[in-house]
Amino acid sequence: MNTPEQTPLLAVAGKPVVKIFGVGNAGVTLLDAVNTPEFAGANFIAVNTDAASLGASTATVKFHLENKLFRGMGSGGDADRGRAMAEEQFSNLKSACEGANVVFILAGLGGGAGSGISPVLARAAREAGALVLAFVTLPFECEGNRREAQAQQAMDHLKSAADGVICLPSQKIFRLIDENTSLVETFRVTGGLLLEGLRGVWQLLERPGLIQVHFSDLCALVRDRHAENAFAFVEASGAGRAREVVDKILAHPLLDEGRALADSDAVLVSLSAGKDLTMAEINRVMDQVKRQCAHAQIIMGAAVDATLKDKLCVTLIAAKQSAEPTSVTPRAEGRPATATVSQHRETAASRPVTRPRRAGSKLVQTQLPLAIVSKGRFDKSEPTIHHGEDLDVPTYLRRGVAMN
Amino acid sequence: MFEESNIVVGLEIGTSKICVVVGEQNAEGAVNIIGLGQSPSNGVRKGEICDSEKVESELRTAISEAEQMADVEIRSVYLGVTGSHIRGFNNRGKHPVVSADREISADDVQDVIKNAKAINLPAENTVVHAVRQHFCVDGQDGVTNPVGLLGARLEVDMHVIHGHANRLQNAIRLVRATQLEVNEIVFNGIASSLALLSSEQKELGALVIDIGGGTTEYVVYLDGVIRFSGVLAVGGDHVSNDLGHGLKVPLSRAEKLKRDYGSALVTEEAKGQTISLQNELGLTLKNVNHEHLQRIMSLRLEELFEVIGQELERAGLTDYLRAGVFLTGGGSRVPGIDKLAERVFQMNVTHGHAATVGGITTALDQPEWSTGIGLVKYGSLKNRQRAPKPSIASGLKSVVGRFLQRS
Repeated sequence: MNTPEQTPLLAVAGKPVVKIFGVGNAGVTLLDAVNTPEFAGANFIAVNTDAASLGASTATVKFHLENKLFRGMGSGGDADRGRAMAEEQFSNLKSACEGANVVFILAGLGGGAGSGISPVLARAAREAGALVLAFVTLPFECEGNRREAQAQQAMDHLKSAADGVICLPSQKIFRLIDENTSLVETFRVTGGLLLEGLRGVWQLLERPGLIQVHFSDLCALVRDRHAENAFAFVEASGAGRAREVVDKILAHPLLDEGRALADSDAVLVSLSAGKDLTMAEINRVMDQVKRQCAHAQIIMGAAVDATLKDKLCVTLIAAKQSAEPTSVTPRAEGRPATATVSQHRETAASRPVTRPRRAGSKLVQTQLPLAIVSKGRFDKSEPTIHHGEDLDVPTYLRRGVAMN
Repeated sequence: MFEESNIVVGLEIGTSKICVVVGEQNAEGAVNIIGLGQSPSNGVRKGEICDSEKVESELRTAISEAEQMADVEIRSVYLGVTGSHIRGFNNRGKHPVVSADREISADDVQDVIKNAKAINLPAENTVVHAVRQHFCVDGQDGVTNPVGLLGARLEVDMHVIHGHANRLQNAIRLVRATQLEVNEIVFNGIASSLALLSSEQKELGALVIDIGGGTTEYVVYLDGVIRFSGVLAVGGDHVSNDLGHGLKVPLSRAEKLKRDYGSALVTEEAKGQTISLQNELGLTLKNVNHEHLQRIMSLRLEELFEVIGQELERAGLTDYLRAGVFLTGGGSRVPGIDKLAERVFQMNVTHGHAATVGGITTALDQPEWSTGIGLVKYGSLKNRQRAPKPSIASGLKSVVGRFLQRS
């Protein structure tokens, strides 16, 4: 999915040059957490409007976006201000991205800086010739409408600007934490999950793969999907590690206990383990994954990394076309044309966004009336999904038989 | 007093109704149905309990009705279970024969069965049934009893039916709450096929489809053993729901339309006809197109059969069902459903008839009761398998024990 001139760059360099940006308060904090020996080889750049947060950061390069009008007060939680400041510094941002093959953007959407700057940064990075992958969190529902709307809007912008967006709705964290988990701990968990995703992708790029997953595969997978991509990173060690890994995937809260797999239409699975990785293990994991998502296009990669010893790590990214429940019309093969979708996205900015699951662009909005399919008395019961079809929806509707 | 042990009770907590079937087993092991109890069920969706209080009171009604009819006190039941979480698959266990003379002993058989049961289940699942299919000695298939044979490698094929432990436990706990003992839980599909199929039919190969209110169970028997089983959480409720949606009538009305005018195939007589719905004063409320009604039902049922057909195809069993398809369950009352099933499966389709037990014949002919009857049948088979009849002393002990437990 990447433009032709980008591919050779990657190929020539052998290992891609990676720049990791942390944007906004949340992004900068996340960036500090990433800044470990494991990610040596990447450049860390912190971008924020808030000087205090930047001061505390350990990033090698810091970018302070400021505007005299705001007197160093940051963006004040307003995405438009953040965007304005980023646009002002567009050329600087672009030059910061210069020379990178891959740019990761870490941000927490919903606030001013994260939501405002990251789309602009993504655009700048793409113009500088890098592949852009954004890892973002969406705010908790309790954080209020405004933040949600801002996050949603930023998400739309980001999707059209970046090659791929992997997002983590914070709301899903509730399944991971219990009543007594402190706020600090909760944010640590959210950050940790996002980092796991980043680490998984990083390992994809860094480790020599026996069955190679190209970065372009990854981008092809994550872009143009209307909804968020669900991801999971699990690892296990010991004798029954393949089974354990599968169990963990199927129980992963971010994959809705495996249901996200059933809904997805493209899945990337990357396995890595020590030298003792066997074909049977790969087969076992893939078999189970395939069984979960019979309809999805599956991209698989496997890599051997001696440092893992007897650990088996699996990174799984599941993308689905739309956040709506299984569509009424038969699934279209392939993905929608990129150009038209992004055009729609550009104009979608002013649209009021209320619900996170209506994450799509105008394309989705036209489908709204179709999506409200009454399941009658089965509305609240566990859906009966058979090969991706929701059997609770009347058959005649799914088959499109007209009754008039 | 000691005749108590000859009473076998089957209990099915279904989506549309709760059935209690009381059977009496004579000395030869034959079963007679002597009592029935039922109560409409409102606390169950898709075969699983969603409102335990409602179910509990309805269960009491059904039990007391059955107790009155059979004139016995029900103490323990064989409980039928279903739900979309239940799955069946075949598994093979292997075991090397280590004894010097290579003779297969009973211990070897125990070991190989144990191996076959040790399977990769998700942690929260538990095995409901593990049915032995046949043994295989040194690659020689179809051995039914390997003890005493010579061989180096003993294998066994098992059909394992498993389900979500908590969801199974819900039903058991609820029954226990009404001071009833649960002897065993039985997958509804197995119970129905026990009631319907003769041993010849099991030998020839037969598919039993039990279309219930919220779920449809399907079980394939071949060569006398269970080969394939599954549950689809689609049933009569879905048909009513589709009608309600398509004809824009309330669910209760849809249910009634289904019973009065339903058909699994679009009939010639229905074409262009309308049905007028009247309120209690005889005023026409709405006209409903009869053809649409039948088409909506037909599409739903056809899909149901197609899904099962696909599953069979995948298991590679389609060509082996020489005894054909047997339909049962309340959903199989729809007129023309056998024709529809014949069209989908391309084989002989019959309405099942609980011929394997004797007793109240009105019940045996009704498809709704086949699961309950099958549960009794299952219980009677278990009783027969059980070691020699308990002596009077131990029998007394158990009765007293039970008495103490209850009080």
